[in-house]
Amino acid sequence: MSSLDQQHLDHLDQLEAQSIYILREARVRLKRLGLLWSLGKDSNVLIWLCRKAFLGELPFPVAHLDTGLEFPESYEFRDRYTKEWGLNLIKDECPPIEMTDPTLPPGTRVAARKSLGLAAALEKYQFDGLITGIRRDEQATRAKERIFSPRGLDGSWQAANQPPEFWDQFTIERAPGTHMRVHPLLAWTELDVWRYIQREEIPLVPLYFAKDGKRFRSLGEIGITFPVDSNASTIEEIIEELENTRTPERAGRSMDHEAEDAFERLRTTGYL
Amino acid sequence: MAPAATLAAPRAEAPVLAPRKAQAPYPIVIVGHVDHGKSTLIGRLLHDTDSLPEGRLAELQKVSSQRGLELEWSFLLDALQIERDQGITLDTTRIWFKTAKRPYVIIDAPGHREFLRNMVTGASGADAAVLVTDAERGVSEQTRRHAYLLSLLGVTKVIVAVNKMDLMGHAEAAWQAVKDEVSAYLAKLGMQPLYVIPLSARHGDNIATRSQQMGWYQGPTLLEALDLLTPPAGRADATFRMPIQDVYRRGDRRMAVGRIETGRIRLGDKVEIAPTGQPATVASIDTGRGDGEQFARAGQSAAISFIEDAALARGQIIAPAGHMPHLALALRVRAFWLDSEPLVVGSRLTLRLTTAEHAVVVEKFERIVDVENLNDADTQELGQGGIAEIVLRSAAPIAFDPHTDLPITGRAGLARGTRIVGGAVVLGAAENAASVKGPVTAVDSSVDRAAFEARNGHRGGVLWLSGLSGAGKSTVAMGAQRRLFDDGWRVLVLDGDNLRKGLNKDLGFSPAERLENVRRVAEVAKLMAENGSVVLVSLISPTAELRALARSIIGDGFHEVWVKADVNTCAQRDPKGLYAAARDGKIAQFTGVSAPFEAPTSPDLVLDTAEFDIPTTTELLIAHIRRNLALDQADGHAVGI
Ligand SMILES: Nc1nc2c(ncn2[C@@H]2O[C@H](COP(=O)(O)OP(=O)(O)OP(=O)(O)O)[C@@H](O)[C@H]2O)c(=O)[nH]1
Ligand SMILES: [Mg+2]
Repeated sequence: MSSLDQQHLDHLDQLEAQSIYILREARVRLKRLGLLWSLGKDSNVLIWLCRKAFLGELPFPVAHLDTGLEFPESYEFRDRYTKEWGLNLIKDECPPIEMTDPTLPPGTRVAARKSLGLAAALEKYQFDGLITGIRRDEQATRAKERIFSPRGLDGSWQAANQPPEFWDQFTIERAPGTHMRVHPLLAWTELDVWRYIQREEIPLVPLYFAKDGKRFRSLGEIGITFPVDSNASTIEEIIEELENTRTPERAGRSMDHEAEDAFERLRTTGYL
Repeated sequence: MAPAATLAAPRAEAPVLAPRKAQAPYPIVIVGHVDHGKSTLIGRLLHDTDSLPEGRLAELQKVSSQRGLELEWSFLLDALQIERDQGITLDTTRIWFKTAKRPYVIIDAPGHREFLRNMVTGASGADAAVLVTDAERGVSEQTRRHAYLLSLLGVTKVIVAVNKMDLMGHAEAAWQAVKDEVSAYLAKLGMQPLYVIPLSARHGDNIATRSQQMGWYQGPTLLEALDLLTPPAGRADATFRMPIQDVYRRGDRRMAVGRIETGRIRLGDKVEIAPTGQPATVASIDTGRGDGEQFARAGQSAAISFIEDAALARGQIIAPAGHMPHLALALRVRAFWLDSEPLVVGSRLTLRLTTAEHAVVVEKFERIVDVENLNDADTQELGQGGIAEIVLRSAAPIAFDPHTDLPITGRAGLARGTRIVGGAVVLGAAENAASVKGPVTAVDSSVDRAAFEARNGHRGGVLWLSGLSGAGKSTVAMGAQRRLFDDGWRVLVLDGDNLRKGLNKDLGFSPAERLENVRRVAEVAKLMAENGSVVLVSLISPTAELRALARSIIGDGFHEVWVKADVNTCAQRDPKGLYAAARDGKIAQFTGVSAPFEAPTSPDLVLDTAEFDIPTTTELLIAHIRRNLALDQADGHAVGI
């Protein structure tokens, strides 16, 4: 037997294999799948994993919920890799801010446009399953998520009443008119994502890499996402930086911090 | 084949550092009774190891004081508003931290009984557990239940944390009392705590730093105990199993995709595919590492193609030639139940064993466990949070491994419809059950159904006549048989009483035996119908479950006929003197007297023998059969003769 046969699966191999397993389950269980592509590092990894899971293809549409507020570099990236990866891209515009819940804090309202855009896309394309790249280590309410997470009629998340999920037996029950969120990256950490990007050489929007002492650690809309101080201009340096940092990943996202329950309110009403 | 990288991510000009290998975090679940301090312990562990992200402590302080509380460590994990408002954990969550030795992922689990499903969700992902027990209140209901569930989930490395030692004056005797009680309980489950650590989560004693207050304690702190845990054994050396998730086509190649749960495989390996046992030879392996892959091993998701044109389907298990999983129609399982509606004998479930799904019926409870003392509970139903040993019966063979041999192919989720309501580990095939022995490959009939039907001039089918004893099932069936036979039909009667003299003479009248009775009769009727006959089954079949079982075995050609007459009418007729005997207590479990009859809710035909005379009901039955089973003239066949 060769050494490859003996070799242990490393941590990234295990994460990859588990995510592929989840994606293939989603494909079996759900008929009209869509993948939400934020153009950020996590959803790029997701697309990469899909192409492995489905042997080089991406057999369902990829939706970018466009607020019109992405950085120019992000739009450039989107258009280039839509072509190179052969994606079936949906890029509908999200409803304007005036249509969001006025009692939410301002930064949270910008994010809430995405929830509305999501609801519109669900209605228009009749998705019964949405694959997204959220991770448990990003945020304390995301840490409570299931891998297969059933949504209510209005896309809402019943955080206090989630079904059991064990031994890779995922919930397949959905009420009519509702959809399932599928979270293949839930078990990954930010560092795992970067190490995987490094290993697989997955392309990224250049804004993640430091320029003039600043870089984006989490990429969102202009005006509600802010760069952090950093000199990490390569993947190796970013990994090095993350191994030593104590700043949380989403520190540069205003909607996480405007009120104690702002993010939970966003999420229970359908946000990622 | 990995998608080719079309653009390398921006890279430094400087020489690339050898990437440090990411180590898998060791997953630890924290379990125990509600309010015994699980979430507090985790919060404190993270804080004392300096693992909290910047700003987090200040945020916790703020939300605690907003609720008029001192610093509430549990809020680190209890992130939902409802959890903070009620002061309990509702759902499981995860948090990462690392020691000098290795990274960990800590899984918080709720202790409230109502959220047991969330505890199971959390604990199922762990390789070791910390069982938190309040020193003041001692071992409580969920301490025991969680310990039992850990053993079912295969989490057998258990550290016991005796918490809130501050409330007991840090006295050794308080710790000793809990230690004895927990150890005795775990011993009955075949487990032994690795360490029993006296600590105070709120004050950080014996979490990351040794307590000044408990000098009498010589063992490790919690943090030291975690670092002393040994990693779980790899699964690559066990027997190869790959359950098929899906079948993909690439050109004219078909590939079975799935995750290798145990063992390894290489090109050219001879395999067998359970449950049919069809042989195959591995032609290609693709785990996404690029062309020319030769091997794959436990934990990898793979796509495998075969030299032979094998019939592949989701739910099959690929196994090495000569090492197939076991096959059985009835399984003994140890199950935990999470649904609010209790499980009873006769309940129908879907057994989800890896990717296979089997419709099963609860045939009997061998034992329902009283979690308090591990004795047999005196109950006939399995309530929420309960644990029992059960026999589950399926109409089709189930491929499985005993969970002590191969845990992953020896366990299953239990679903009601599509809702997951419990889980089970497989102890083995049910004894005395009609297990399928060895690999079974069905042989096709040399005459197909259409050919039988063309010759007979009618379709095959099963008329399932249910009803009370004395309702007239046999009389109507025999009358119809004679008439149809005279008209040239191929028609026969399977009569319950007659069958109990031969095929079913080993069976009594308990629910389980009635189930087996129905299963056998349905299987026989199905064979006959497939061979073109009209089968009149005359069998009391008193419950909806029994009739549903028959329907599920027979399928399309099943017609449910209710031969209807009330108990009083039947008792008056009492052709065999059975009602009199039952009323005198000489016959136990007599349907209509001492055992229930559930009236069919949507039968295909009702023959009311109290209302109409026998010739009329016989005529009705014959008309129903002709209408449904005769081939019409348009097909070029005669109707009847
Ligand atoms: N005196 C004292 N109180 C403690 C200690 N540890 C936890 N507590 C308190 O016990 C209460 C319950 O603690 P939690 O951590 O929420 O308990 P839990 O086990 O996570 O509860 P559930 O998750 O709801 O099952 C809180 O008020 C804690 O402050 C301790 O060491 N000493
Ligand atoms: Mg808790």
